[in-house]
Amino acid sequence: MHDIVFAAANFINLDAVNIIYLFVVGFVGGLVSGFIGSGGAFVLTPAMMSLGVPGLVAVASNMCHKFPKALIGALKRAKYGQVDVKLGIVLGISAEAGVLYGAHIQESIKKAFGEAGSNLYVSVAFVVILAVVGGFILRDAWKAYRSGNMHEEEKVTKLARWVQSINIPGTMVYFKSLNARISVLFTIPLGFATGMLAATIAVGGFIGVPSMIYVLGAPSLMASATELVIAFVMGLGGSFKYALHGLVDIRLAMIILAGSLFGIQLGAIGTTYVKPFMIKVVMGVIMVIVLFSRGLMVPVYMSQLGLIHTLGETTVKALKSTSFAIMALALLLGAFIVLRAMWQGRRAERAATQEVLEHGKI
Amino acid sequence: MVSYIIRRQEMANSYGSMKKKPIGKMILFGIVSLSFYALLLVKQDIVNDFFARGGIYAFLPIAAAFIFSFVHGSFTGKFWTVLGIEAARKPGSPKNQKIFRGDSMEVK
Repeated sequence: MHDIVFAAANFINLDAVNIIYLFVVGFVGGLVSGFIGSGGAFVLTPAMMSLGVPGLVAVASNMCHKFPKALIGALKRAKYGQVDVKLGIVLGISAEAGVLYGAHIQESIKKAFGEAGSNLYVSVAFVVILAVVGGFILRDAWKAYRSGNMHEEEKVTKLARWVQSINIPGTMVYFKSLNARISVLFTIPLGFATGMLAATIAVGGFIGVPSMIYVLGAPSLMASATELVIAFVMGLGGSFKYALHGLVDIRLAMIILAGSLFGIQLGAIGTTYVKPFMIKVVMGVIMVIVLFSRGLMVPVYMSQLGLIHTLGETTVKALKSTSFAIMALALLLGAFIVLRAMWQGRRAERAATQEVLEHGKI
Repeated sequence: MVSYIIRRQEMANSYGSMKKKPIGKMILFGIVSLSFYALLLVKQDIVNDFFARGGIYAFLPIAAAFIFSFVHGSFTGKFWTVLGIEAARKPGSPKNQKIFRGDSMEVK
């Protein structure tokens, strides 16, 4: 109870600069989210903390902006026929369980090893997941680009074909994005892992989206759109949990939402102008760059825990600033790729329209 | 000659140059959204006091998030539409085919 009162008293003062900063960061995060189904959270939480917001309040407020943003994004992409609501809800339920378990692990680690230990755990998780999954996705996108297959329909992976071929009576469910029946015994661990990752690094979609594509066999566009449903379910549950403890700063959440609702709709529109493999490109690029950002912080936390020789204060500051700058770069680059792809797509569409009209002239 | 003019008009219409934009709705939702935000920031002390109480008051931030997302979501959606930024038209869409039905020209 004492903690709650303390947290509420620590809601920061908002001035015009803070508000504009949060709005812009929200916009960029929303833009990327609308396109790849996730992301933004790992920049938003540190962005809030850099304004002096306590960590837990930042996480709680971010959650409270995440679920309405995901809802609007999902509704928009559902209009384009990209959302598999059933799959999103089925994965969302086990993801919620994963979030609770992941949060429990976080708390245990914090109790045992303190703030530095918790931060080290989070950073190592970042590095491992981003390296493995991000590297895989980029390699896949690169292969498609090299072979010239990027204009063709995506091929379902061997693993996904195997998953779709397994029949376990009593557990089979049909999902329209897969155009197949699969056993929920596959969706449960995938959803659970997504939730655990969300509780650990705030972005569950880095497991959620690739697992839908490569393990279940969903098309990239539908996987990234369906992830928004999972994000909604997780965000709603998580927000409620934090709100029960009075940790949500509704002002922060709504200001970020102000920007991100512009961004997420633009990102969703952007998906209709690009080849599906662009989803993989943006996702892979962001993941690999953020990997370096987080990697830089690992020595800082190791030094704080005494696992390596203590780093000087200037070194620590330099590492922290570089880490944050690289993270911001990742998001801005992702946003830039999305906007450029959209602009090129619209230009091509206008040129095609012009050609059609020219043919109308006799 | 007349049928040619009618066909050209249909083409122009279907390519969105004469489509009605939801400017009125955008302005309405924009005003409501701005009012909610003004209220949130002007009364932030009272808001923070109630919303951070926890327990049964947990519904307040959740409800607020849904309300803001409906109002501001509608505004931002119409905003992009008014600016002409909408989803891509799929190639070979019904509109294209309708225009060239009965024509000797090929559909691109």
